Amino acid sequence: MYAFEPSEEQKMLIDAINRYAANDLRAAAHEAEESGELPPKLIEKGWELGVLQASIPEAYGGFGERSAVTGVLAAEEMAWGDLAGAMAVFTPHLFALPILLTGSEAQKQEYLPAIVEGEWRPYTAAMIEPFFDFDPQALRTTAEERDGGYVLNGIKIWVPFAAQAPAMIVYASLNGQTQGFIVPAGTAGLEISSEREKLMGLNALPFYRLTLKDVFIPKTQRLGEEAGHAMEPILAAQWVAQAAMAVGVARAAFEYSRDYAKEREAFGVKIAQKQAIAFMLAEMATEIEAIRLLNWEAAWKIDTGKEDAWQQAYLAAVGAMDMAMMVTDRAVQILGGHGYIRDHPVELWMRNGRGFAMFTGLMMV
Amino acid sequence: MIEFDPPKPILQQQYVLKTVAENMMRPVSRYFDEHEHEIPYDYIQFMHQAMRATGAGSLAPSEEKKPEGEKEKRPPIGYQMLAHMLEMLAWGDVGMYLVTPGGGLGAAAVQAAGTPEQRQKFLARFAGEKPTFAAMCMTEPHAGSDTAAIRTTAVLDPQTNEWVINGQKIFVTAGDKSLTPREEFGKGFIVVWATIDPGAGRAGMRAFVVEMGTPGVKVVKLEKKMGIRASDTAAIVLDNVRVPFDHILGSPTVEKETEKGFKRAMLTFDATRPLVAATGVGVARAALEFLKEKLAENGIQIRYGLPRQKLTNIEREVIDMEIMLRSAWLMVIKAVWMADNRMPNALASSISKVKAGDVVTRITQRAVELLGPLGYSREYLLEKWFRDAKITDIYEGTGQINRLIVARQILGYTGAELR
Repeated sequence: MYAFEPSEEQKMLIDAINRYAANDLRAAAHEAEESGELPPKLIEKGWELGVLQASIPEAYGGFGERSAVTGVLAAEEMAWGDLAGAMAVFTPHLFALPILLTGSEAQKQEYLPAIVEGEWRPYTAAMIEPFFDFDPQALRTTAEERDGGYVLNGIKIWVPFAAQAPAMIVYASLNGQTQGFIVPAGTAGLEISSEREKLMGLNALPFYRLTLKDVFIPKTQRLGEEAGHAMEPILAAQWVAQAAMAVGVARAAFEYSRDYAKEREAFGVKIAQKQAIAFMLAEMATEIEAIRLLNWEAAWKIDTGKEDAWQQAYLAAVGAMDMAMMVTDRAVQILGGHGYIRDHPVELWMRNGRGFAMFTGLMMV
Repeated sequence: MIEFDPPKPILQQQYVLKTVAENMMRPVSRYFDEHEHEIPYDYIQFMHQAMRATGAGSLAPSEEKKPEGEKEKRPPIGYQMLAHMLEMLAWGDVGMYLVTPGGGLGAAAVQAAGTPEQRQKFLARFAGEKPTFAAMCMTEPHAGSDTAAIRTTAVLDPQTNEWVINGQKIFVTAGDKSLTPREEFGKGFIVVWATIDPGAGRAGMRAFVVEMGTPGVKVVKLEKKMGIRASDTAAIVLDNVRVPFDHILGSPTVEKETEKGFKRAMLTFDATRPLVAATGVGVARAALEFLKEKLAENGIQIRYGLPRQKLTNIEREVIDMEIMLRSAWLMVIKAVWMADNRMPNALASSISKVKAGDVVTRITQRAVELLGPLGYSREYLLEKWFRDAKITDIYEGTGQINRLIVARQILGYTGAELR
């Protein structure tokens, strides 16, 4: 059957996240962006909502089962509050979910309970590389088989919380295939930049650059161990998260500019009463809904094991890039000069909106 | 729950309809495009018999209601089935789909605004022996999107208790098949929108059923169109047309404050907009499938999963089309799912029409360009789909009218606040 209404349980989760997103994330977003710091208490409070914990089975310390549909609902709501905050809360997903989806039994036992039973700790992942044509499936960072293990070489950028991470997954090309490797903090040859990376947006998130020089990884630390792992489930989980967060940011920008347009007067009427503005808003709402549904279906395909799930997840992520750019740009446009001033959040959302084209690997549900 | 499995009966129906589209429509698509105003009797007869046998797609009232105890608990899927059906038939040929018997928009108006007695009286005919048509007459030469500006009048003659209708209607889809007697077809009707109080604006607007054979009504012109040429588009003149009192749909008195009559009319559109959107999606799918097939024949495979920077322009175009097409379809499904579950769907309905209108014009226009001379040639159907597609963004509310409705919904504005 077709059905377009979240379950009661999902609705309760969305409500809880919405309160946190509105009262905590949104309230802190401006200050966090300007100062470059997210208060640890803020992240911890988001972590306690238990999105990841509910995705991990009891056998590994969690209290549920992973559902991509629930994940995209949660990610949209979280990112609606603030993208940087949402990404911070979800950073451990980047480590735990690949292990849950493709790790060996021993790897699940070793890492998952430690992550989900405790307070928020920034287990993270290194995916992005400093090239214009960066492609998660054609990485320049290499892994070579040597001495009963693997040796990693390369450069990774935009690794969230790398300096504080107890462990991270580093993606590298092994014989042309992207594979994940579990790299604990302090591994020899792993160099983390002392300075944080500087981006157009997401100033609140601490990103670091990694240099990997002959980093030796034992076979037991390859994701899925010797057999390795498929990349599709990981990419699909990244793409639907990306699309969901894009929907969340776009929805925030849409709502803010809609409300502004109903307040602001020009030529004796509210500007929302002008078709030039009203039609922009109608198109923004249309595109948000279009990508939301496309992404819901992609997530549902993941949950029901459809073969083309990863393909639709890709379509959703690509569509989300354009949608987020269009919607956030128009939000700034509707506020006019005021939209360009950092007192209003729309310029931040527009900078975030552009980023979705490059955020593959930074979010996962 | 959030789920995307088409219900089983829909899957079975689609299997059959695909055969119809492939065998009854596609092979004669070109012929009827080039022989405008000829009637595809074979298709009409076939569909009529098939729909009679299965009850699919018809608005004719069902026989006897099942006793309470036997009522099935399954959620209703009528509109969902209809949306799937229309998508597949439009994939076959949207012009021919428009001549599917069963009452179309005329019957939909009776269904939405009529009393149970009127439904029985006017809709039962569609389950009869001969294929029968009905049409909706709204547009007039000077009033299209601004439906409240129509000038056709209906005046009650107290002597005979009949309505006397005078006016001129254009762009009536299937108007000819509904009004002009033919041996092959049953007695159809048109639903004419008229004002019972010219000073009352929207509040005075009502719909009237005018049956085939009523003196004073006639088709005066069949339009020659850019596309959907298998479908007749009629201009109709009503000259002192008299219909019985009970042919009015809705209340015979004017309630100035409420605009109830007008709102009723618009209810019809809430129900039918996603269905028209579904036909747009069908045409768009036909065009995209054709494009991919031709590209594959030329050794071009679409690579998924790459960053945009690494895609060729053609790959980028195709991927964008797939995003547009699938999301437009899901918006249609959501709107009809809401209708089936009796949720207010004015927003979902109009938003699906905005999207589908954009998507089908974009996809067909881009596909013709991408295939170069092959796209523009009448050797293939793609150029026809391009011409057929454009109407989706015009009829049943232009893209701009639907944007206006969406905007009012999301802003919480009335028609007076956002003109």
